[in-house]
Amino acid sequence: MVGADPKRTLAEKVWDAHVVRSVEGEPDLLYIDLHLVHEVTSPQAFDGLRLAGRQVRRPELTIATEDHNTPTDNLLTIADPVSRIQIETLRKNCADFGIKLHSLGDAQQGVVHVLGPQVGLTQPGMTIVCGDSHTSTHGAFGALAFGIGTSEVEHVLATQTLPQARPKTMAVNVVGELGPGVTAKDLILALITQVGTGGGRGHVVEYRGEAIRALSMEGRMTISNMSIEWGARAGMIAPDDTTFEYLRGRTYAPQGADWDAAVEYWRSLATDEGAVFDTEVTLDASRVTPFVTWGTNPGQGAPLSGVVPAPESFATDAERSAAQRALEYMALSPGTPLRDIAVDVVFVGSCTNGRLEDLRAAASVLQGRHVADGVRMLVVPGSAAVRAAAEAEGLHEVFTAAGAEWRFAGCSMCLGMNPDTLKPGQRSASTSNRNFEGRQGKGGRTHLVSPPVAAATAVLGHLAAPADLN
Amino acid sequence: MEKFTVHTGTAVPLRRSNVDTDQIIPAVYLKRVTRSGFEDGLFRSWRDADPKFVLNDDRFTGASILVAGPEFGTGSSREHAVWALRDWGFKAVLAPRFGDIFRGNALKEGLLPVELDTEAIEWLWDAVDFEPDLAVTVDLETREVRAGGHTWAFPLDDFSRWRLLEGLDDIGLTLRHDALISTYETTRPAFKPAVH
Repeated sequence: MVGADPKRTLAEKVWDAHVVRSVEGEPDLLYIDLHLVHEVTSPQAFDGLRLAGRQVRRPELTIATEDHNTPTDNLLTIADPVSRIQIETLRKNCADFGIKLHSLGDAQQGVVHVLGPQVGLTQPGMTIVCGDSHTSTHGAFGALAFGIGTSEVEHVLATQTLPQARPKTMAVNVVGELGPGVTAKDLILALITQVGTGGGRGHVVEYRGEAIRALSMEGRMTISNMSIEWGARAGMIAPDDTTFEYLRGRTYAPQGADWDAAVEYWRSLATDEGAVFDTEVTLDASRVTPFVTWGTNPGQGAPLSGVVPAPESFATDAERSAAQRALEYMALSPGTPLRDIAVDVVFVGSCTNGRLEDLRAAASVLQGRHVADGVRMLVVPGSAAVRAAAEAEGLHEVFTAAGAEWRFAGCSMCLGMNPDTLKPGQRSASTSNRNFEGRQGKGGRTHLVSPPVAAATAVLGHLAAPADLN
Repeated sequence: MEKFTVHTGTAVPLRRSNVDTDQIIPAVYLKRVTRSGFEDGLFRSWRDADPKFVLNDDRFTGASILVAGPEFGTGSSREHAVWALRDWGFKAVLAPRFGDIFRGNALKEGLLPVELDTEAIEWLWDAVDFEPDLAVTVDLETREVRAGGHTWAFPLDDFSRWRLLEGLDDIGLTLRHDALISTYETTRPAFKPAVH
């Protein structure tokens, strides 16, 4: 690819800038600019280093936080002893190997993918990895960011590099504009339903088009975050003035002459006119309306105005049997209007939709309204800093006045590893990223939604959009 | 990593698509800080909920090859999913398509992810259901699966195949290029961030 055609895509430019070694017949050895670490996927990697007598090669390119296991009702007590040991293990590993850690109670603590952008460590043109599939979030800045397993975590700790086979490239051309009240979450849910959970397999994706350019960094992060839900290796967005304005002045953003040099470089990363992608997909943003999932994978979704589909309406045996199983698990019947589905719990938060803009969107719907009787609503900021910023605007008062729970930062009900879980049979509307069986707690049933839909659903007690409140 | 050359065993038909890693091992089993003993978490929700689930079926006890539907191992990057399959006794997973991260993790641990087309998978499901003792061979030397007189070729890049055949450790391989890494580091722009 290099040499044969000087026109390159964003992904190819970032890739090429990080190749330490490239030999025919072997994966490229890529340098990693930033390694994010959390408590769940790292303990065995640090153990591996100890067993081999290895050090962390570049502790200053590594940062850690506590998020998956942490409680969100207090900052002091981790009641589950197994969770506590995992957190204590991270603290010991970070101390032993010289890695900066944002612990529970720290002003920057929070979901690992909220942390990187908020301190300005996530920057365009970087390679960023983490033992977490939602590392794709950082692609919103024009970084090449992807999730890795624990063996690879150990590899990056020891060498600051990763052997990676060169992926294929894909363009997602989002044409048209999003309508009023339609969010980045609706857009990405609609895309995943269009292309399926394996649609992006083997590809680094670039989201392009006016609807993407018009999004805030928060909205772009929501899009990139869910790249993994349709199988993409990473999901990038070209950096532009929106990106630079978001970064300017943050703790780790370049300053002075470095800032000017960085911006000049970042501007050069955009895909060249005429560069060729291996695959292209088109989505019409103007046709997207509030979108929700009805099944047990993120590709099983439909417009909120629609109905639960019949399994026989799908094209393949695999899709038909998956839909059949999903409807049994979700206790839903074909033909049921999605708006008729009543929920027990509403969750606003996660690395998908736990940033300030998301909380503002939910609060603006809840202002002057109240959560329906019998519905529990949790609002969980993505980080302690997001929580503080929301409180400075008074958003917490809107939530508590509406009868929602205003909680501390963490992964919370996204994944059932901490005390925030659904009970068996409970149904949620959730701004998180996965509606897998049992994801939010054994036997729990999840509908993925945007923050405005979550808030409207909480008020009415069934899946709903803000327009339904008038 | 243990070497993988040729493995012959019996197989379990898992007639499901989109088997995400949350199903392979639920999150509550991820709280451990050890690297073995994850077999108790394997498909735990499905094993608990359904007495007829294939891993509860005595006919398939001792099977070492899992035959699954498309999009196996999507979702979370948890390598624990690979550890759970390995600790249960699986040596290979056969499916039409895998999630990229799961596939990468499996290759690191010597659990062979084998891509076969839907027709082959469906033939194996039916054949193994009919004859649970059917010997299935996964041959990495020739990149073939053989069973009941059928032979199917599967794709795997030469480098991954070589690593598995030799049982090589990636970190050790990379550290051979330590000088190249150091040279690269001298070229990194000054504006790249460092944690302080």
